[in-house]
Amino acid sequence: MNSKIGGTYLNNPIYMDEAVYTPMLEEDFVSKVKELVRLSETCLPEDILEALMEAYKNEDSDLPKMQLQAMLENAKIAREKSLPICQDTGLITFYVSVGEEVQLPRWFVSSLKRAVFEISEEMPLRPNVVKAIDRLNVGNVGRCVPIVLFEQVPGESIELTVLPKGAGSENMSYLAMLKPSEGLEGIRKVVLSHIQSCGGQPCPPTVVGVGIGGCADLAMKLAKKALLRDLGEANSDPQIARLEERLKEEANALGIGAMGLGGRTTVLGVKIEVCDTHVACLPVAINVNCWAARKAKLVITPKGEFIYERRK
Amino acid sequence: MTEKHIQSPISPDVSRKLRVGDIVYISGSIIFCRDKAHKRLHEFALQDKPVPVDFKGLPIYHAGPVAKRSGDSWEIIAAGPTTSSRMEEYEADVLRYYEPSIIIGKGGMGKRTLSALIDTGGAYAVFPGGAALLAAGHMRRVLGVYWMDLGIPDALWHVSVDELGPCIVTMDSAGESLHERINSESLAQLKQLLSLASNCERVDRL
Repeated sequence: MNSKIGGTYLNNPIYMDEAVYTPMLEEDFVSKVKELVRLSETCLPEDILEALMEAYKNEDSDLPKMQLQAMLENAKIAREKSLPICQDTGLITFYVSVGEEVQLPRWFVSSLKRAVFEISEEMPLRPNVVKAIDRLNVGNVGRCVPIVLFEQVPGESIELTVLPKGAGSENMSYLAMLKPSEGLEGIRKVVLSHIQSCGGQPCPPTVVGVGIGGCADLAMKLAKKALLRDLGEANSDPQIARLEERLKEEANALGIGAMGLGGRTTVLGVKIEVCDTHVACLPVAINVNCWAARKAKLVITPKGEFIYERRK
Repeated sequence: MTEKHIQSPISPDVSRKLRVGDIVYISGSIIFCRDKAHKRLHEFALQDKPVPVDFKGLPIYHAGPVAKRSGDSWEIIAAGPTTSSRMEEYEADVLRYYEPSIIIGKGGMGKRTLSALIDTGGAYAVFPGGAALLAAGHMRRVLGVYWMDLGIPDALWHVSVDELGPCIVTMDSAGESLHERINSESLAQLKQLLSLASNCERVDRL
């Protein structure tokens, strides 16, 4: 990597490879991020839409069916009119996977904040951010908000994912520090008991993210990161993939149903991320996403192209 | 399951007859009122201080909108319900003191609210959570916004609505609660799932 960072490139540009080097302009980046946030707020991902339609087809009692129908109609209007799906336009988190070959410009984080500030006024988004103690509303940009999380990955691209998340589901977050001896059975108990105790509050059918291992704070991070995975994509570890599938079936057997009014579909999926942990620890964290499981992804290539994840 | 079209303000005679499972469409005016406004209503009631809008007979809607200001007026863009359980601490007193008719939200409320609904002849109904644009489609005009110092989501929004629904009655003045019923059923189901496992499930069978 060092060989590619010549003095020439240190001042501004994001990509080091001489052949494909394209400087990324701040203004351009801000406008592309604004588009990404708009996409996430207005256009539900395909996998979620399909799962909601499936739930609608499978449901035979009136009240939850009516809820699912409203969700699907609402998502359609949002997409067609480019309006926010939900009035709770969420607290915004950016996940940034930075290729090892990439050097980020110094304005990267400030541009993400600026994009959120500007799109909040333009769409508009609901001003959701307040001072934690005195509750003074500051809009959508504040101290540490939007949240920006970096990860270094192989490659020479940047992958930027935005996850706007409402408080109805975020308030259902949960952490259990299990005894190591409780094992998989303990994990299963924690997850199912928690889904039961949430009832209709997080706007089911939900996507349930579970983080296992690491330390307390890392487990929480993993739980939310699990929500980035598509519903069709199982954990690459077959044992964990089986646990995901089993927890999904058992959660749906609870009969909580759409908006907690009873019914067959309580969760659209359970996604688990696992990390190694301390010999005396077994952290299990849960982060629930509402049916309006909004997210959108943008890849910035070494040639400076911005490629949005496709939406029909 | 009966479909009912109700005009607000709603008298206790009308709301008292609502039963769990009824599907209600509301026309007239409603008040958006959530966390901070509930706390302030409660404080003002204790001090007997006047509030900017008369709640009598008006539905309280647990919601904070996406709203756009154009000139002197406001347009409601998106306005689905918020989680009602956060208002549990104050709702019983708000129902008794300000006499709103019905409460609309999502996710259900607890025992204290249920007992206040029995006393006041009120009802609690849910609008589909997250269906913010469907809800906004039934909002005709913002009649007034008060307590804007609390911020846009938490202010009191007095809004005229046309056929706001489907609002499903889930708690009624007869003391029925669909939320309680679903909770006890799912809890029984959970116990069964967990007891089965502790007897026979081993890690390798997962």
